Amino acid sequence: MNEDEIRKILLEELGNIAPEADLEKLDPAAGLREALDIDSIDFLNFVTAIHRRLGINVPELDYPKLFTLDCAVTYAASKLTARVTPSEAGAVN
Amino acid sequence: MAEFRMPSLGADMEAGTLVEWLVKPGGTVKRGDIVAVVETQKGAIEIEIYEAGQIEEILVPPGTKVPVGTPLARLRGEGEGAAPAEAPSAAPAPGVAPPPAGRPVPSPLVAAGAAVAELASPAARRFAQTSGIDLSAIEGSGPGGAIVLADVERVQAGKKPAGGLDLDAMRAAIAAAMARSKREIPHYYLRHEVDVTPCEEWLERANAERPPSERLLMAALEIKSVALAARRFQAFNGFYRNGRYEPSPAVHMGVAIAIRGGGLAAPALRDADTLSLSELMPRLRDLVQRTRVGRLRSSEIGDPTITVSSLGERGVEVLYGIVYPPQVALAGFGKAVRRPWVIDGGIVPRSVITITLSADHRVSDGHAGALFLAEIGRLLQEPDKL
Repeated sequence: MNEDEIRKILLEELGNIAPEADLEKLDPAAGLREALDIDSIDFLNFVTAIHRRLGINVPELDYPKLFTLDCAVTYAASKLTARVTPSEAGAVN
Repeated sequence: MAEFRMPSLGADMEAGTLVEWLVKPGGTVKRGDIVAVVETQKGAIEIEIYEAGQIEEILVPPGTKVPVGTPLARLRGEGEGAAPAEAPSAAPAPGVAPPPAGRPVPSPLVAAGAAVAELASPAARRFAQTSGIDLSAIEGSGPGGAIVLADVERVQAGKKPAGGLDLDAMRAAIAAAMARSKREIPHYYLRHEVDVTPCEEWLERANAERPPSERLLMAALEIKSVALAARRFQAFNGFYRNGRYEPSPAVHMGVAIAIRGGGLAAPALRDADTLSLSELMPRLRDLVQRTRVGRLRSSEIGDPTITVSSLGERGVEVLYGIVYPPQVALAGFGKAVRRPWVIDGGIVPRSVITITLSADHRVSDGHAGALFLAEIGRLLQEPDKL
């Protein structure tokens, strides 16, 4: 899965959490919680969605690494890459 | 014979619009079943029934606005005989006869020979029409594949980012309830700073072993601690109605939930004192989610016995709440802040939350309030026992 696909999934889940937000105008470098008015339950729903959609179990200590959309995409991509050896990389969906 | 009436969903409600029936004449219901959807200032509320039996007759068609207390349907209790048939013209239509149990039946509406293209409830049709949604593109989840309101709402939600809430109506409801509170309730306020480091450390350990779907938040500990204290301190859990106070044996915790875009609702997390934290947390998540899309149940709206309002991590340090009538108390939680704290004669950094109590002086005094608030603080020192 490349970064564009990850970004698409994360935006979809943010849309489920904050349906009234205009995600096309979301600054990918802005703090998600401020930009989308997300509280701790919303954020937990976001982390739960990342687990469900991407299979990444984000520990609480890593929550700061999901601060912005760009950070979250980079973080998820690095976790997915770390899970596969180069020879398997082509088979990852 | 019993009558199922338009319930009062809060002190400020005078009338509601019946939007959708989820039962049909002849259908059987049991206590707690959701039988109808009513539109109020707080959004669409799923209405539960508190008697078991069979729906004899539906008295109010969807789309009708009626005052609180109006009979909506007649219900035959379990063991009661059928009511004598009325006029011959009242014979049930083929489409509404209860299907025989145990074998599949074709969609009753199709069997009735409806020539229209889509099976859909009247509320679903109306909503689709006003939202410009094509019914033929929707797969129904109702009986016989009929399209119900929820199906159209799902499509609507995917199509346009908007909740099912009317924020102007919600503001009017907040204004009415809060003005009444300020007019009638002689408030007193207390505040208490509590070291919540034990809660944070306990949460960190507990959550390290849990997948995200099972993780706990500070809000769950706050709610549980207030619920346990409210069970012990009767003067803070109940209703002040008709000039007298009625303590409640059950603790239904009102949870103040902010609506993005400006709005507030405080539905009940029922029997919060009896739930373990692992039970309470998913219920809280579910309640928050349904509140924000405007889909609450009547029991959640009508009967909170005390309320918790928590500002969360992005708020400020202190919240002075306004009691929601006819309740008599509200516990407010500010955000946790790092503070120098004296422990065993030394100064150490600790996480501190300021908890406030707003309470009704017609029912309790500051002395009892202080003991109640101190009990909440004490309970938070031992999160593993919550």
